[in-house]
Amino acid sequence: MAEKKSTRIAYGEALAKLGAVDQNVLVCDADLAHATMTASFADKYPDRFYNFGIAEGNMMTASAAMAQCGYTVFCSTFAVFGAGRAFEQVRNAICYSKANVKLGCSHAGPSCGEDGGSHQAVEDISLMRTLPNMTVLVPADAVEMEKAVFAAAKFQGPVYIRTGRLPTDICTAEDTPFEIGKANVLRDGKDVAIIACGIMVPQALLAAETLAEKGVSARVIDMHTIKPLDEAAVLAAAKDCGAIMTAEEHTIIGGLGSAVAEVLAEKQQNVPFERVGIMDKFGQSGKPPVLFEAYGLTDKAVLAACERVLARK
Amino acid sequence: MDQKLQLKARQYRRDVLDMLYACQSGHPGGSLSCIEILQALYENVLRYDPKNPKWPERDRLVLSKGHACPSLYAILADKGFFPKEELKNLRQYGSMLQGHPDMNKCPGVDASTGSLGQGTSWALGYALIGKRPGHQFNVYCVTGDGESQEGMVWESAMAAAHYHLDNLTILLDCNGLQIDGTNDQVMGLGDICAKYAAFGWETITVDGHDVDAITEALKRPSAGKPRFICCKTVKGKGVSFMENQVGWHGKPINQEQYEAAIRELEV
Repeated sequence: MAEKKSTRIAYGEALAKLGAVDQNVLVCDADLAHATMTASFADKYPDRFYNFGIAEGNMMTASAAMAQCGYTVFCSTFAVFGAGRAFEQVRNAICYSKANVKLGCSHAGPSCGEDGGSHQAVEDISLMRTLPNMTVLVPADAVEMEKAVFAAAKFQGPVYIRTGRLPTDICTAEDTPFEIGKANVLRDGKDVAIIACGIMVPQALLAAETLAEKGVSARVIDMHTIKPLDEAAVLAAAKDCGAIMTAEEHTIIGGLGSAVAEVLAEKQQNVPFERVGIMDKFGQSGKPPVLFEAYGLTDKAVLAACERVLARK
Repeated sequence: MDQKLQLKARQYRRDVLDMLYACQSGHPGGSLSCIEILQALYENVLRYDPKNPKWPERDRLVLSKGHACPSLYAILADKGFFPKEELKNLRQYGSMLQGHPDMNKCPGVDASTGSLGQGTSWALGYALIGKRPGHQFNVYCVTGDGESQEGMVWESAMAAAHYHLDNLTILLDCNGLQIDGTNDQVMGLGDICAKYAAFGWETITVDGHDVDAITEALKRPSAGKPRFICCKTVKGKGVSFMENQVGWHGKPINQEQYEAAIRELEV
């Protein structure tokens, strides 16, 4: 794997690239430009950047109005504030009016580390997934993040993009396709399928490698779009592999695992199934690797879940 | 005040009562208190085109107190944004006239409001765009006194002054009442003009049922900062038994009340 890079850095760089080719892009932040990395855009295009101060609700609703004038508005803060604190503004101003606002929300999950549980959004995917008109993207790495930003800009309507603080492994290639709602099979396999998003995708690939050494063939699906979910990819995984597990840096309630479970249940796919994620808990301060161990967000946790579903086949 | 406008105001009030009586729900008190504020805007100030409601350079009107939308609908219909026939469909399934304004359903509605306290932020966003190169429009926001208790209103007030938005005007429908009682009983607003002034706004106080006075305040030369007009109004204005009554915030109107109200408002 190539060097590590955080998805928030990639997000900021992508915005700066986008700003060069699309004059219609405006970027908003709430006093976190140097953390969400919208500063990369603000430095180049100060006349198209708006800082709202520490006032996320106001920023969300104002962004909806700006977008309704024909602009593509990227709006950034921490995930815990964008999806949580300003939820009702995202609901009523952005989603209800179908405003062309893209939320790029950072510091999601325990990977944000030392700031602790107050800042580690573990529920943002779930919250955003429930909103009508909202599309939810959780890119796997920095390379995929840039593609996600450009795809979101091209897409008409509200999009939530989850970004992370921690530099993480690059697991997709420059030529890996990116289409909203279309999962990427990063490694094919026939015995078990690991459906992952965000920084759990590289962990899934590590687990698949270990499984291969044991003679088990695992399919790794990068489910970068949580909504609309690529149901065909889930059903194909159930049919081809006969055992499925999901992996996300997020509560197991309402996120990727739930979305996949809904498809499996409704389509009567009676396959062994498990969710790896945060078990209905808040995070806490600590170095990210320590937190990953503590909360079961490692390749070993993925491997163990794979072995359990395989045993149930 | 122009007699034609006064007659028109009575007609709008009858329209509001017709709508609310027909749907047996909705908010009479706060709809009746903001009629003249909307008249001043639509008769004398706003630049708009009913044949091209999405005209990009139109002035924007955000009805932050979205529950007062029957008054806005009556005026939009009168100005030709949609046929007056539509008014009878208020709050009905499939109607463009939702219980709170939906900008994607109703022509002439510039913001989907109803969640109180958000309108000032909608207006802020529009005003920021109105100041961008290539644009030159003004933004007006009609708010309620009760909703000024929302913290977000003050986030937007701070931002409007920060960005020197002299293209933005807030008109407060200051009728003194909210659902659970008077403002002072529920959560006193204190000296709201002083609060806006402290946030860096120009403030003016007018009789909110005097179209000429509201218009004069709206047309004053710019002071180089956002403008706050405190319009002193009477909740339920025009219907004697609804005036200044907390209970008429959101209550269905029965036949007897409807007929009595219409009699008072007949020309």
